Amino acid sequence: MTDRALAVVRAGALTTVQDRGRPGHAHLGVPRSGALDAPAAALANRLVGNPPDAAVLETTLNGCAVRPRSPVTVAVTGAPCPVTVDGRPVAWGAPVRLSAGAVLDVGPATLGVRGYVAVSGGIAVEPVLGSRSTDLLSGLGPPPLTDGAVLPLGRVVGPHARVDLAPQPAPPAELVLRVTLGPRDDWFTRAAVRMFTSRVYRVSAASNRIGLRTEGPALQRALPGELPSEGVVLGAVQVPPDGRPVVFLADHPTTGGYPVLAVVRDTDLPAAAQAVPGTPVRFVAVRRR
Amino acid sequence: MRVLPVGDGALLVEVSSGDEAQALHAELLRRRAEGSLAVREIVPAARTVLLDGLPDPVRLACELTAAEVPSAPPRAGEVVELPVRYDGPDLADVATLWEVTEQEVARIHADTEFRVAFCGFAPGFGYLTGLPPRYDVPRRVTPRTAVPAGSVALAGPYTGVYPHTSPGGWQLIGSTDAVLWDHARVPAALLSPGARVRFVPVDGHGSPVGRS
Repeated sequence: MTDRALAVVRAGALTTVQDRGRPGHAHLGVPRSGALDAPAAALANRLVGNPPDAAVLETTLNGCAVRPRSPVTVAVTGAPCPVTVDGRPVAWGAPVRLSAGAVLDVGPATLGVRGYVAVSGGIAVEPVLGSRSTDLLSGLGPPPLTDGAVLPLGRVVGPHARVDLAPQPAPPAELVLRVTLGPRDDWFTRAAVRMFTSRVYRVSAASNRIGLRTEGPALQRALPGELPSEGVVLGAVQVPPDGRPVVFLADHPTTGGYPVLAVVRDTDLPAAAQAVPGTPVRFVAVRRR
Repeated sequence: MRVLPVGDGALLVEVSSGDEAQALHAELLRRRAEGSLAVREIVPAARTVLLDGLPDPVRLACELTAAEVPSAPPRAGEVVELPVRYDGPDLADVATLWEVTEQEVARIHADTEFRVAFCGFAPGFGYLTGLPPRYDVPRRVTPRTAVPAGSVALAGPYTGVYPHTSPGGWQLIGSTDAVLWDHARVPAALLSPGARVRFVPVDGHGSPVGRS
């Protein structure tokens, strides 16, 4: 193996390789996948001079530690966290030069859930259907990181961005998700639809890359039967038999059998990726654009 | 045909039967191929086709609402042949449900031309239609925690083949060595929506079994 590689010192709770995902294969049962907080991943790439489609690491809650085998530039974005190089604090949200063999430690998130680590050249694992993303639902792409794993890095294509620090949105204290109702809102009682758009839900600890699960008032169905399987989109709010809405995130199945009550605007989903369990969630009905 | 808006950039087109959904899917693929339909995803399902990634869903919704649904899917394209051993652990249960012998289950299944109505559940898993409604079977009361890859299975009106070992509640009637999904292959999925499929009985050595 060449020295363009990254050794995993501490994999963390769940660290995966993510890029912009693999859209266009939903008809084969292949989820879109990709970074959950796409703007944070894109910013990390910009800070190290990578093209926007380069693959980064997505960490969950407690970060990770990696050691490059050659000098690289790294940047950590997304959930704010302490960042150290060989034990010494360095900047979060800014480009950092790392010498070969130095250990970059991305610490536990002080706010939010998911951190993004871009490395100059990008993580260069073999793409599957045009994407390097780990897809936890169907197992496509590289497996989640494990201690001791070695990831290849790509060739550096340009100079890194000339900025010292980039502003980033803070993880939400309250998650406000704008939704358009449908396509199956007629499967619910009018009281349930009112409840959905007026009561406060909370982010459930059972949330993952497949869906943001919620706790709160159960939504009553008006139609009791089974819905034949149908295609679902990113951001679809599916209501399983327990009546608690689930917002489909990047690794969502491409077809589903429970009614979709509403769809969350794409632009509101990055905040959903950073909402810690217990965060209040309000679904606000808006008109279609 | 009912056209339901989905979020800001998608439409769910609902029709009244699985055949109509397959015909509509074929028609939408044809329009995309000739360049008159710009869309990122066309996802057929049991009674619907989802169109996702549309630049102007409102205009397309008006157009589709005024359009006629084609009545039958075109019978074009090559037939994918899947070698099958009818040796599944649920073969006897299915024979009882169908009120025929196990050999008859195999004969009826192998004599049917299937069509991939849609995919889902896992990459490469196709929902195959073709068996007459009297052969519908329920899912198993207790799903298995691990169904072996290549298991040929029945549930409701559908036949399917598990691409990978996974949990599953379908009735297992046989097995195949065919590789349903291989992301190093082009195309990765052996079965895609609209494909015609036949099961060809083979013996334990993979040789074709003569039919009486």
